Amino acid sequence: MAVMSYLEAIRETLRQELRRDSRIIIYGEDVGVRGGVFRVTEGLQKEFGEDRVMDSPLAEAAIIGTAIGAAVNGLRPIPEIQFADFIFPAINQIVQEAARIRYRSNGDFGVPLVIRAPFGGGVHGALYHSQSVEVFFAHVPGLKVVIPGTPYDAKGLLAAAVEDEDPVLYFEHKAAYRSLKGEVPEERYLIPIGKADLKRSGKDISIITYGLMVNYALKAAEALEKEGISAEILDLRSIRPLDVQMILETAKKTGKVLIVHEDNLTGGIGGEISALIAEHALFDLDAPIRRLAGPDVPAMPYSPPLEHAFMITSDKITEAARDLAKF
Amino acid sequence: MAQRELLSGQPVDWQKLKTMYYYMVLSRKLDERMWILNRQGKAAFVISCQGQEGAQVGVALAMDPSVDWITPYYRDLGVVLAFGMTAREVMLGFLAKRDDPSSGGRQMPSHYGLRAKHILTGSSPVTTQVTHAAGLALAMKVRKVPGITASFLGEGSTSQGEFHEALNFASVHKLPLIVVVENNGYAISVPQAHQMSVINVADRASGYGIPGVVVQGSDPLAVYEATVAARERALRGEGPTLIEAKTHRYTPHSSDDDDRSYRPEGELLREKADDPVVMFRNWLTTYQKWDDQQETALLKRVREVVDDATDYAEKAPYPDPSTLLDHVYYSPQV
Ligand SMILES: Cc1ncc(C[n+]2csc(CCOP(=O)(O)OP(=O)(O)O)c2C)c(N)n1
Ligand SMILES: [Mg+2]
Repeated sequence: MAVMSYLEAIRETLRQELRRDSRIIIYGEDVGVRGGVFRVTEGLQKEFGEDRVMDSPLAEAAIIGTAIGAAVNGLRPIPEIQFADFIFPAINQIVQEAARIRYRSNGDFGVPLVIRAPFGGGVHGALYHSQSVEVFFAHVPGLKVVIPGTPYDAKGLLAAAVEDEDPVLYFEHKAAYRSLKGEVPEERYLIPIGKADLKRSGKDISIITYGLMVNYALKAAEALEKEGISAEILDLRSIRPLDVQMILETAKKTGKVLIVHEDNLTGGIGGEISALIAEHALFDLDAPIRRLAGPDVPAMPYSPPLEHAFMITSDKITEAARDLAKF
Repeated sequence: MAQRELLSGQPVDWQKLKTMYYYMVLSRKLDERMWILNRQGKAAFVISCQGQEGAQVGVALAMDPSVDWITPYYRDLGVVLAFGMTAREVMLGFLAKRDDPSSGGRQMPSHYGLRAKHILTGSSPVTTQVTHAAGLALAMKVRKVPGITASFLGEGSTSQGEFHEALNFASVHKLPLIVVVENNGYAISVPQAHQMSVINVADRASGYGIPGVVVQGSDPLAVYEATVAARERALRGEGPTLIEAKTHRYTPHSSDDDDRSYRPEGELLREKADDPVVMFRNWLTTYQKWDDQQETALLKRVREVVDDATDYAEKAPYPDPSTLLDHVYYSPQV
């Protein structure tokens, strides 16, 4: 098995999917000759030609609107939004159109569409190159939202998203692109969308998280282990749909739940998870549910001291988990 | 550049032209310093004005910062300097320091904004500033205050719907607006031909029933004259003008870009022959309004300004982490 970075896993999956299914096209800003600003699509235009991997004009509403039309008419588009922060010009198309087309046509039309977008902070990206936007979409029935936390999951989730008959938002953490490495099988495999994954088994507390934070939580778990605290880590992988069963299982098992996300606290997916646990597993808890999340400020500042104050780190996770374990 | 006895119908004010040249050189040199600081690891990000100074300073000096407003974009170092932002203010923002007047270090460098100087705060999502500018102009019209608004963007950004929406709105309501497209031929790696099927963005003006003017960005006087005319039209209540300045991008898109993968070989070199700073200096020299001695003195003066701004900003404090939660909502305290 090859060891790949998170970015390479995404690129190789795109390549494998493009080879497998001639209905797939990729387009977005700078994805062609330059291979994307993060080089995720590097080499793909060369291999598959300008008809299947192309630069689009700088217009997100048009990128998604046309992708919806193409998907309805027999293609499987995988448009890229250059930064998740710039998805908002397309939000009308995603929320009002892509998400609602199947329902409003009483099942007559469907939109098999995968929207890829890099997100997340800690990369000196400031207000508009650091945002976590997943929850805007997780709120919308009709959409699916997946966020891989490892190179292995990046591949399986992307292939599953391509296979899906409905619109899937696939968010890639920028800080994970080159920092995360792992084994990725050559052959195609699908990770069912909506299945969480137990990344670490433990007995004292449960850390429920997704994306880059999975990696930080694993580091925190190692530190906690040395202090005699055994942490279980549940990687959601998909925040819509949520894997309710696994969320409740881990909550019941340890009785202490810490939910971690970089997205800001209020209205973050942590609130939904807390509600599910409160509804279905309250009497199995040994401590109040705890959330560790980005602060409620509009976006991540640029200046290093402010950015650092904003970011969730494995130290902050360790601290919150230790606190909770002591309860 | 042609010979000129008159500039916008007035006898040429040579002092003003020297000021124009000063701001072009200051923009270039301050920009170059930013790259040095970036390479020294002192700044995470640079995005440049180099190659666009003539267009930027030409527009800004045709405006009246005491009544006019601007909504610049990230390349507009020359615009904001000529409109009144100081080199120190720019450097404080570049190094993300507490006293950065644009955002207190919160935004990436080059996201200018300062109410006192009539510069609207800008974001990164492109083209949003053009509808804001139409709104500023709407308020000028409704409140019957003198002045116009100028909005700046790149040619790639004209693909956004808001470009169309803003011009259409401003034209229908005859708003005092100038939209300046700085066409450098690229949107990151995407060449103009992949962005639109017209050679001149200004051709689209006819779709809004407004004048569209093409000027060469290396000729700041042509830019200046086009702006004066557009401003007069706006002040007469006749509505917006679309000005397209043909410019060049002498650097990669930003410090995060590497343009070797997409720029044809030799292209940059050809474009350097149309360097606005050099072209304007040569023009001034030809009319015997400039010589080596003045050039040396100007470079020395600019060097001092750039050094001072750098030292000042380097010594300035970072924002305190405890301020992270400030200014989310209005508060009379902070
Ligand atoms: C809505 C939006 N989408 C994408 C981006 C990413 N982006 C930043 S600058 C840029 C290219 C802009 O090109 P152009 O308008 O020609 O301006 P130039 O940089 O060439 O001056 C892109 C795609 C963005 N900032 N905003
Ligand atoms: Mg451009």
